[in-house]
Parts: sequence; C-alpha cells; structure tokens
Amino acid sequence: MYSEKVMDHFTNPRNVGELANADAVGETGSFKCGDTMKLYLKVKDERIEDIRFQTFGCGAAIASSSMLTEMVKGKTIDEAARVTNQDVADELGGLPPMKLHCSNLAADALQDAIADYKSKQRSV
Amino acid sequence: MESRLVYMDHGATTPVRKEVFDYMAPFLQERYGNPSSLHTPGREVRQAVEEAREKTADALGANSDELYITAGGTESNNIALRGVAKKRGKPGHIITSSIEHHAVLDVCKDLEKEGHRVTYLPVDRYGRVDPAAVQDALEEDTFIISIMAANNEIGTLQPVREIGALARGKGVYFHTDAVQVVGQLPVDVNELNVDLLSLSAHKLNGPKGVGALYMRKGVKIDPLYRGGSQERKLRPGTENVPGIIGQGKAIELAVSEIPEKKKRLEHLRDRLIKGLINIGEVSLNGHPEERLPGNVNVSFKYIEGESVLLSLDMEGIAASSGSACSSGSLEPSHVLSAIGLDHSTAHGSVRFSLGYGNNEEDIDYVLEKTPPIVERLRSMSPTYRSR
Repeated sequence: MYSEKVMDHFTNPRNVGELANADAVGETGSFKCGDTMKLYLKVKDERIEDIRFQTFGCGAAIASSSMLTEMVKGKTIDEAARVTNQDVADELGGLPPMKLHCSNLAADALQDAIADYKSKQRSV
Repeated sequence: MESRLVYMDHGATTPVRKEVFDYMAPFLQERYGNPSSLHTPGREVRQAVEEAREKTADALGANSDELYITAGGTESNNIALRGVAKKRGKPGHIITSSIEHHAVLDVCKDLEKEGHRVTYLPVDRYGRVDPAAVQDALEEDTFIISIMAANNEIGTLQPVREIGALARGKGVYFHTDAVQVVGQLPVDVNELNVDLLSLSAHKLNGPKGVGALYMRKGVKIDPLYRGGSQERKLRPGTENVPGIIGQGKAIELAVSEIPEKKKRLEHLRDRLIKGLINIGEVSLNGHPEERLPGNVNVSFKYIEGESVLLSLDMEGIAASSGSACSSGSLEPSHVLSAIGLDHSTAHGSVRFSLGYGNNEEDIDYVLEKTPPIVERLRSMSPTYRSR
C-alpha cells in the first residue's frame, strides 16, 4: 500500500519533536480524518535554520510531515512557501489516492507556520 | 530479524484448519460430480452435501430443511432482509441497530429507498441494544427486526434471546447476523427465538465464499435470484461443493470445542486486555464481560490506529483498526461513534481478535512489542506532549 520511502519516513522520521525558542509555530488539523500536526521553525536571515514536527496521525501523515521538514530545511521562507502538498507526495514516491489529503496536513502546517512567522515579523 | 507471525485478526478471517482442508480436498478433484446429476458421481456428492447441511443445522439446533447454503454472511443477510421485504410486497417498518455490519445497514438503507421505514436503534456506551427500546420502536407494520448476535468490532454480545422473545410475542420476524458468534459461543435457534440467522464459514476456520442462512419453517420469503432449484430455489446455482463440505466439517469441529475454546480464549483475552491497559491511558471499547471470547478492542490515547497497525505489522503482529485513516472512508467506525467515543479516541482504536492457534506466547509477544510502539508514536504526537 505504501512506497518504501513512505515506510522509511514513517519508521525513521526526520526532525521529530519540539523546538525550544521557535521563531514560528504552525498548527493544523485535517477536517477529513481528524489528524493533527504541529510544526516549529527556527529562522535566521529569512532562512529555515531548524525545523521540528509533531503529528497525531496515520503512517502517511507522519511520513508526509517528516518529508516536508527535510524538503524545507535550509530553504528561505519564500522558497519554502512555494512547496505544495503535491511536491511532498511526489517526493515520497506517491501516496495512495485515499491518503493524498495527508500531504495537505503537512503543507497546511507549513503555511500556518510561515504566516505565524510573518505576523511576528510585522509586530517586531 | 525475527520472522514471527502472530495473527490476531480472526474477526476478519481465519485459516482453514488442517482437518477441514483434508476433508474438503477430495471434492475439488476426485469427487467433482454435480449434486443435481442423476449418475453415481453426482448422487454421491449430493449425499455428502446433505450430510454437511445436517452438520451445519445440528450446530444451531435446527432441522436440516431449515438450513440454506449461501456464499457467506453478506449474502445471507441480503437474502434474509430483501427476501422477506420482497415477499411482503408493500412498504413497512424495519427495526435494526446503529452498530450492525454494513451487510445489514446498507441493505436497510436500500430498503428505505424502496419505501420502507427503518429504525436504527442506539446503543449504550458498551454497545448494547436495550430490548425495551426494541419494544418501544415497534409499529403497527413492523415486519422484521434484525439485531446482530455480537458486534464484529467491539465484541459486545446483544440480548438476542430477549429481543427474540419480544419479536415472537408480536409476530414479527427476528433475524440475527451471527457470523461472529457461531462456533465461538453456543447458539440454539429455538432457545434464542430466532427466525432467521446468518453465518459464515471463514470466521470459524472454514473456507471463504460459503455461509448459510437458517430460516425457520413457515417464514415467508421471495428469492432474489432465479435460475435453478438448488437450495429449494432460494439460492439457485450449482453448489459450491468443496466449500459446503468444508463448512460442515468446520462448524462441527468448532461447536464441539466451544466449552474448552471459550475458556481458553477468555483467559488469553483478559490477559491481553489487562496488559494493554497497564501501558497507561489505554481504554477498553465494548463490554467488559458480555463480549466475544476472542475480542480485544482498545483505544490508545494520543495516537492513531493505522500507525499502530503498521508498526505492529513490522513486528509480525496482524491486527485491525476502526480509525478513520484505516477505514477507507475517512470516517471513524460507525460502531465507535455509536458508543459515544470522541473522534480522537475512536482514531486510536485497535482490535486484536484471537482465535484457534493463539497461545500464551502470542500474548507475551504482543505485550512485549506493543508498549515501545505506543511510546514511540506518543513521543511524536502533539496532543501527548502538550498536556
């Protein structure tokens, strides 16, 4: 059902956990299935220097979260903002049709974190 | 790497027992006659089919002429509900529960489209239907009540006898989907006041693709299919002979072993429940006592069922889940919703269904492998850390 890459990221997820003193936090829940995800960013000079995630969800949700963190770590905020859920699914070698929405969870959490970052920048 | 397999999904299906396989195997090759044929090979097979029917009927305390072979539980449920509704010929009222298998629920929904009215009774937090609620739901034109004998997900046993007595008193047909119970607990259609009962061979170490419908003499029904006189025209088509033979043997064996098996499985079940609850923030779904001997259904708080299943599978443990992510529909199981579980608790449900072949070592193994899996997934969960 899942690709080897999905199983790899599910079994050995990258960047799991919380970030103390995160510069931005994104949080999202899937209306479809009830999964939730939290994403922490450490940003330096507009670049994502460090990233962590926490996910309550299925194998695809955990793998998508992990893959997303790998994809955007080191990217600038603007570059990261262009990453879509399809990009995440593609990087994972595809997801079963019923599980495509799981990659939305990760992409939405990222957008939420970026919005949090920008609003904090404005208020500084 | 260990290549151990601990199969704990007997609620989904079971392996065919060696004795059953050996018994049915000749009917795939040497004894291939069509039981409807007049020649010797045909007549010999007819005799074997009727013996298997007798064994199946005996297991239910029924007469063999009240036993109709079908292609399984789903077909039995369809024939029973649609067939009785068809014979009635005019819209009427049906009573069922909100936690039935889809093989009953979806048929009821179809019958609604055809003009019938259906009451889907709620259940209590253990998943039990209240017989008094059945009584209250009865209407002038209620013609059939269909309540499962035990729930496939949470294992809760229903007060079938009481509901049957009530139906009998009102002259309303009573059907029960007993696929999870036959071969697990004693079933006597007369004691239970049942008019129609569905069973399936592959849930009791028999082959897939065969089941039976018990139907009390005198029940008025119309067949759904046409084309032959097999099964007294209720289920026409050349018989699945190896399946029927295997079903007869499997049910005979399963029923003869109930006292010993029930005791053994209940012991293993209760050990597993206790061990899983000891992990902490794990709750049992379904009734603590009134449940199938082999059913364990728990919710692991803060984590999701499918990710638990994947992790268990990597350790060679086969189980199932009612979580939205594993349902294929993105909805949590209707059963877990009906017993009032909130979305996230339903999301973390896992069912281990024990059966023939499971032993103490299997329980040890599951109780050794599960806690670290739960710990790992919880360590990734935002709801766990942020408490």
